[in-house]
Amino acid sequence: MSRPRKIALVGNPNAGKSALFNALTGARQKIANYPGVTVERKSGRLVLPTGEPVELTDLPGAYGLDATSPDEEVTAKVLRGGFAGEAEPDVIVVVLDASNLEQHLVFAQELLALGKPTVIALNMVDLAERDGLVLDPAVLEEELGVRVVPTVAVRRRGLADLGEAMASAETRTPRLGVSEIGETERRVAAHAMAAAAILSETRQRRMHAQLDKVLLHPWLGPVIMMAIFFVMFQAVFAWATPFADGLDAAASWLHDTVKATMPAGLLRDLITDGVIAGVGAVIVFLPQIVILFAFILALEASGYMARAAFLMDRLMALVGLSGRSFIPLLSSFACAIPGIMATRSITDPKDRLTTILIAPMMTCSARMPVYAVIIAAFIPARGVGWGIGLQGLVLFCLFLAGIVGAIVVALVLRSSVTKGAASGFIMELPKYQMPRLKDMAIGLWQRAWIFLRRAGTIIFTVTVVLWVLLNFPQAKPGESQVDASIAGHVANGLAVVVKPIGFNRDMALALIPAMAAREVAVSSLATTYSVDASDDEDQQAADLGTRLRSHWTLPMALAFLAWFVFAPQCMSTIAVTRRETNGWKWPIFMLAYLFGLAYLAAGLTYWLAVWAGL
Amino acid sequence: MTLDQLPIDQKARIVAIDWARLVPEEARRLRALGLDAGALISVSRRGIFGGRDPIAIAIGRMVVAVRRVHAVAIEVEQFHNTASEATPA
Repeated sequence: MSRPRKIALVGNPNAGKSALFNALTGARQKIANYPGVTVERKSGRLVLPTGEPVELTDLPGAYGLDATSPDEEVTAKVLRGGFAGEAEPDVIVVVLDASNLEQHLVFAQELLALGKPTVIALNMVDLAERDGLVLDPAVLEEELGVRVVPTVAVRRRGLADLGEAMASAETRTPRLGVSEIGETERRVAAHAMAAAAILSETRQRRMHAQLDKVLLHPWLGPVIMMAIFFVMFQAVFAWATPFADGLDAAASWLHDTVKATMPAGLLRDLITDGVIAGVGAVIVFLPQIVILFAFILALEASGYMARAAFLMDRLMALVGLSGRSFIPLLSSFACAIPGIMATRSITDPKDRLTTILIAPMMTCSARMPVYAVIIAAFIPARGVGWGIGLQGLVLFCLFLAGIVGAIVVALVLRSSVTKGAASGFIMELPKYQMPRLKDMAIGLWQRAWIFLRRAGTIIFTVTVVLWVLLNFPQAKPGESQVDASIAGHVANGLAVVVKPIGFNRDMALALIPAMAAREVAVSSLATTYSVDASDDEDQQAADLGTRLRSHWTLPMALAFLAWFVFAPQCMSTIAVTRRETNGWKWPIFMLAYLFGLAYLAAGLTYWLAVWAGL
Repeated sequence: MTLDQLPIDQKARIVAIDWARLVPEEARRLRALGLDAGALISVSRRGIFGGRDPIAIAIGRMVVAVRRVHAVAIEVEQFHNTASEATPA
């Protein structure tokens, strides 16, 4: 049995390739990485009008076969059949932006010169018409020698014609297939062809030029950007609350139900206190991640994200980065994992590495439970003037400490570990477009699924392992389970290390399970302090503040907060860093320098607070 | 004059690019985006908060962001004929 034929979509970035891919394959997509590199491989099944099933792949956008980024390298290698483990495509579909032909035809000619059966999708003809541009595909067919099909991916226009053209692509030979011409000649030819294909062109002022005048305004632009991101963060924290509470309630209900129905014993405790409590603690962040991604996907699809990168470039340049690093760092305020994944769009490898290494310092949502509990317990809820509360001020300082830390570290890294020529900033600012609901839904589903799969694998495993460490060996009568357990012994050892920065053994114990995820520190403290108190579980949360105050001093609490500004206590971040940097070198470096910073910050905070008599 | 000095919205033609002043990858990227001798361009926005970096260039139907360090390597001449768009030389 022969494998299905392989058809590849290829084209310049911003040609509407992904929208066309979504329209052709719908939700029947597989997303993976190309082996050995961190470039996303998207493929899906498509049935041609002839009834033939084919495999459609969406190759990363490229400006030419002469690669300048990891994405472009993959595209060039796959098209030339030089990518190990990846079959060479049988047919290629070149996707062109109809309103940017003189640019996109340059790469198209390079692709036609490969001599493969080729079809051209003249995409986004509706946007071209909106700009007053009417094109004649027949002229392009005549010039290029292959089928040219006008399409509007988002409205499913021309898809049947495109499928039919794919099925019969072998019958045509690209006209430019034999000529060995250089880039300058191709550019001249592209310009001539684009001019010939234009039937009429009205000189109306284009919408995006006017929008850019406002959104990229030297003073107004940054103000609008701040307003947009302010709304975004408000939404992430405010809109997610009811959903997060719902998920939390569902997890408690499941916890209580299992506890009530299963016979008491180790297995029941493993399922309730280990699996449900641990995985549940992470799942509650799903609503925040979905809302954040809804904003990010909409801002990206509309073309605004590239403008935000433009506005932030000057600031990022001060620490040796470029505007491209801004989007990943912004995402990291919700969660470092999508942030680190978003660094793929950074072309300069040293820029990208620096961004990955500083992303965990952005205050993510997992730190909020820790900050909230400690601040509520130790910082009095009084004002400091001008309507500013002391508690809010402390929280703001913690956010700020992370940002300042990231700036300093970026500066140090750029002049040492990731030293190199000052990175440039060259970026196409795509046309403004209305985001499409279907593309957004597919994107959101993919992000949510990646998150859930991780919760079901890594976090599940770590939770179970930690539960075992906390419960074995079993305590003898009269002895505390925590003291008897392996984790208890480890905590005793760790307590010696963290004693100089003011931490007691209970704090050391909380740090161990928090290696999986920072917010676990809260539930761990609650468990530890409920051992010598009553067994009433409902009292735990309410009384945690009181118990913390009776066991900790203020300098200890402040040191604990300072620790969590820097400590890389998140398995998923380490795992995603390993994947994105292809090895253990950089995640280990990240762990070492962030733990070092956390130790310094906590120690400094503790001794300064003690010295100040707090 | 060089591109960093071109007034906003003034049409111009790229006369020459001093490729030696650019990192090879960036030079290739500029060329891939159509910034090469003969191209017709204009500057649509420049800088934030009164600075002169970065620069948004309109080229054809695209907008491309570059930095001043790239713009100083791009020699342009102002172009006053708005009736027709010439082909690159």
